Amino acid sequence: MHLPKPTRLRLISQIFFFMLFVFLLLNTEFRGSFSSSQPDIHLFYPVSLFFQLDPLIGLSNALASHALYRGLLWSLTIIIPTLFLGRFFCGWICPLGSIHHFFSSWKSERKRGKQLLESNRYKRWQTAKYYLLIGILVAALSGSGIAGWLDPFSFLVRSMSLSVLPSTNYALQASLGWLEHCRFVVVQNIGGALHFILGAALLNFKQPYFRQGVWIGLLFIFLVLLNFRITRFWCRALCPLGALLGIASRWSVLGLVKNPEHCNDCNRCLLRCQGGDDPIGGVPWHRPECHLCMNCVDECPEKGLQFQFFPVQKVAETNLQRRKVLTGLAAGAALVPVMRSTPGFAAERHERLLRPPGSVDEEFFLSRCVRCGECMKVCPNNALQPALTEAGTEGIWTPVLVPRLGYCETSCVLCSQVCPTGAIWEITPKEKGWAVENSGAVKPARLGTAFYDRGRCLPWAMATDCIVCEEWCPTSPKAVYLRPAEVIDAAGNVKQVKQPYLDPSRCVGCGACEHACPVQDRPAVYVTSVGESRSRSNQILLNRRKG
Amino acid sequence: MDTEKNLNRREALLRLLRVAGVGAGAAGLGIWLNARSQRPEVALALSAKRGHTVAANPSLTEMAIVQGDDPSLLARHAIEEMGGIRRFIARGDVVLVKPNIGWDRTPEQAANTNPDVVAEIVRQSLDAEAKKVIVTDVSCNEPRRCFQRSGIAEAAQRAGAEIILPDPSKFKEVDLGGEVLRVWPVFEPFLNVDKVVNVPIAKHHGLTGCTLGMKNWYGMLGGQRNQLHQKIHESLVDLADFVRPTLTVTDCYRVLLRNGPTGGNLEDVLLKKTLVASTDPVAIDAYVAKAVWNLEVDELPYLKIAAKRGLGTFAFEKLRTQVKQLS
Repeated sequence: MHLPKPTRLRLISQIFFFMLFVFLLLNTEFRGSFSSSQPDIHLFYPVSLFFQLDPLIGLSNALASHALYRGLLWSLTIIIPTLFLGRFFCGWICPLGSIHHFFSSWKSERKRGKQLLESNRYKRWQTAKYYLLIGILVAALSGSGIAGWLDPFSFLVRSMSLSVLPSTNYALQASLGWLEHCRFVVVQNIGGALHFILGAALLNFKQPYFRQGVWIGLLFIFLVLLNFRITRFWCRALCPLGALLGIASRWSVLGLVKNPEHCNDCNRCLLRCQGGDDPIGGVPWHRPECHLCMNCVDECPEKGLQFQFFPVQKVAETNLQRRKVLTGLAAGAALVPVMRSTPGFAAERHERLLRPPGSVDEEFFLSRCVRCGECMKVCPNNALQPALTEAGTEGIWTPVLVPRLGYCETSCVLCSQVCPTGAIWEITPKEKGWAVENSGAVKPARLGTAFYDRGRCLPWAMATDCIVCEEWCPTSPKAVYLRPAEVIDAAGNVKQVKQPYLDPSRCVGCGACEHACPVQDRPAVYVTSVGESRSRSNQILLNRRKG
Repeated sequence: MDTEKNLNRREALLRLLRVAGVGAGAAGLGIWLNARSQRPEVALALSAKRGHTVAANPSLTEMAIVQGDDPSLLARHAIEEMGGIRRFIARGDVVLVKPNIGWDRTPEQAANTNPDVVAEIVRQSLDAEAKKVIVTDVSCNEPRRCFQRSGIAEAAQRAGAEIILPDPSKFKEVDLGGEVLRVWPVFEPFLNVDKVVNVPIAKHHGLTGCTLGMKNWYGMLGGQRNQLHQKIHESLVDLADFVRPTLTVTDCYRVLLRNGPTGGNLEDVLLKKTLVASTDPVAIDAYVAKAVWNLEVDELPYLKIAAKRGLGTFAFEKLRTQVKQLS
C-alpha cells in the first residue's frame, strides 16, 4: 500500500485550517436574513474557535483570572497532544504559521544557495521567544492580558479585521463601482454579477473604518516581509505560543532520528527547514524548535532522517541563559506596575473610555482582554475601535466605543458573544436590558452617561428646532426629555422650541444621541464613561453606589 | 557611453525625434489638462420628480377605516373598500411598498410597520399582476437588524416581494426641487418605479407630537437627514411634494403612544386594531392625528402647508369615507 507523503498531508491540513480560519473570520459578522424574523440575533458559527484552541490564551486567562473562561478548556486538545508529539500545531494547524510558511517558500535574493542553508541553521536568537513568553506570563500573573499583543491569533485576527479586510473591501468596492458605472452595459453587468458574488461572502455592507488601521497593517506586512530574509522569523524568534508549545514538547515521545551512516553532509535537509532546528548530521536536533513540517524527511536523498516514537538519540533542549531568564522575569514583573502607576488606570479615568456592553470592571477587563479585535470585527455599527491613549499604555488595542463612528445597537450583544476571554462577559439582550419587554425588572448594562454642550446645541444656542437626540434615545422612558422654551432669534422674534435635557438615571450611554447629533464635527451631546454599570466608583448618582 | 562614438547622423536624428515626440506629447497632455482645470463640484443632481397617483374617480372611496383583529385581513378589506387593488396597480407595474423599517425593534414594540400589513399589500399587488414589488426603507438603526427583527423582510419576501437593503453605495444625488430641500441623496429604488404605496405606522414623536405618513418619506433619503428637523414642517411638505404616493395605508394596529419614534416598552403600545387607507396623503395624516392623539390641524403646521401646495386636503371630514368593522 502506498501512503501519501507526510508533507502532502501537512499541506492539506494547513490549507484546511487556514480556510477554516478565514471562513470563521468572514463570518464574524451578522449579515441578516430575509427568511427569518428571529428577534434573538446570534452568530451561526463558533467564530472564536481558534482562540479557544490556543493554550497561550488559556494559560494567560488562567494566570490572570484564576479561572478558565467558557470554551478555553478546548486548548487542552492542543496542549496535551503537544506533550506527546511536539509542536505539530505550528507546522500543521496555525493559520499565521501557514501564512509565514507560504511567504517563506517564495524565492528571495537574500535566501539563495549557501545563504539559505546558513539561515536555516539553529541560531541563538531563536530563544528570544522564550524570554518574551516569560515576560508575558509574569505579566499575566500580575493581572495583565498583554499576551494578546503577541499571541498569534490575536495578532492575526487584529491585523486582518482592522486593516487587511477593510482595505480589501475598499479596493473591491472601488473597482466594482468603476465597473458598474462604466458606459458599456456589458461591463456594468459583469460588475453587477461580481458584486453579487463577492457581496454574499466577502464584501461588507458598509465600509468599516478602524483607527490605527495603517499601523496595525504595516506591522503585519513587515512581519510577513521578514520571511524573505529569514524563513518564518515570527515563528522562530517571536511567537510566544510557539515558545509555550516548545516547552511543552520537552517530554514528547516523537522525535527526529538521524542516521549518521546514511548522511553524506549534502545539507539538503536544511533547504526547506521551517523551524531552524538543525536536522543536519553532526549536531543534535533542536526538538523545541521543530514544527514537524517533515520537509527534511522528504528532502533527504539517502532516507537518513526519520521521525520515530521513543527515539534514543540525544536532542538539544532549549538552552536558556539564566541572566536572560531573570531579565524576562524582571521585565514581566516590572511592566505591569510601571504601566499601572500612571494616573490613567484608576485615579483619573479617561472620560472616553467607553467599554462594550457586558464588559467587566477595568481591572478585570485589562487582565482578560487579549486585544484580538473580534469584538471590533463583529460590531454591526463599526463602533468599537482599538484604543490608543484612552486606556493607558497597557490598554493599547483594547476596544473602546466611539459613538461618533457608531453607537451601541440597542438589542445587540454580539461583541459579548465573540469575546474569547470574558473581558466582555457574555450577556443576553435581556440582560443588556435596554429595550425590555417588561420594564423595570432588569438593571441595564450602562456604558456611560450623555452630557449636553449647550453652547453647540441648536435649540439651546441657535433658537432652532432639532431634538434628533431625543428621537434616537432608545430607552423607554427616554433618558433625553424635552421642555418647551421661548427663545429669541437673531431678528428679535420670540420663538417656541423644545430643549433637550438628560436624566442620568435613565441614560445607558449607548451613544445614539451623540451619533445622530447634526452638529457633525463636535457633537452637542456626547457620552462619557461616568455611570458605567461595570464600575462601582465611576458613578455620579448616589443611589448607584449600592452596586 | 561607448555607443556615442559610433552614433551616426541617422541614429542621432531618430533619437532627437523620439525625445521630441515624448516632449510634444507631454506638452499636449499638459495643455489639455490645463484647459480642463475647474474648481471641483459635486456631480450635477438628477431631477426625478415623479407622481405615482392614479386618476381620481368621484364614485370611489377616498378614505377607508377598517377595524378588526387580523392585520392582514384589515389590509385586504381596506384596499377592497378603496375600490380594490386593481384601481391602483396595473398589470406590469413596478411597485414600491415603503413601510417604516427604521428601528431595531420587534413588531410588538410598534416602532416599525406591522409585517402582516406589508405582506398583504405585496400579495395583493402581485395578484394585480404587478411585474415586481419592492419593499425597502433607509433605516435609522443598523438596517440588517431592523429588516430581520421587524419581521417585515421575512413576511414580505414570503409574499413574493423583492427586499432591498439600503446599500450605502446605491444613493443618487437628486434635486428634490423643494423649498428647503434641494439636492439630497435619494435611495435608487425610489427613483424609477411606477407605483408607490406608503405604509407608515402611527407613532408618537417628540417634536411634532406624532409621526405619520408624510414623515415616512425621510426613509428614502441618505446623507445628513438629521438636519431636516430644523425645518421639519417645510421639509415634510417638500418630500411629500416629491413623492406623491398611489396610496397611503397607515398602520394603527399597534400605536406607539409615548417615547416615540423608537419606543421599546410594551406599556407604551396601544392596541387599536385599526388600519386607515387613503389616496390623499394630507387627509389621512390629519385624520389619524385627530383620531389617535386628538391633535388639531393647527398643531401640525405641515398639514396646512401641504394643503396650500395642493398635495391634498386637511379637511378629512369632506372625504368620501368608508368605515368598516370586521367582527
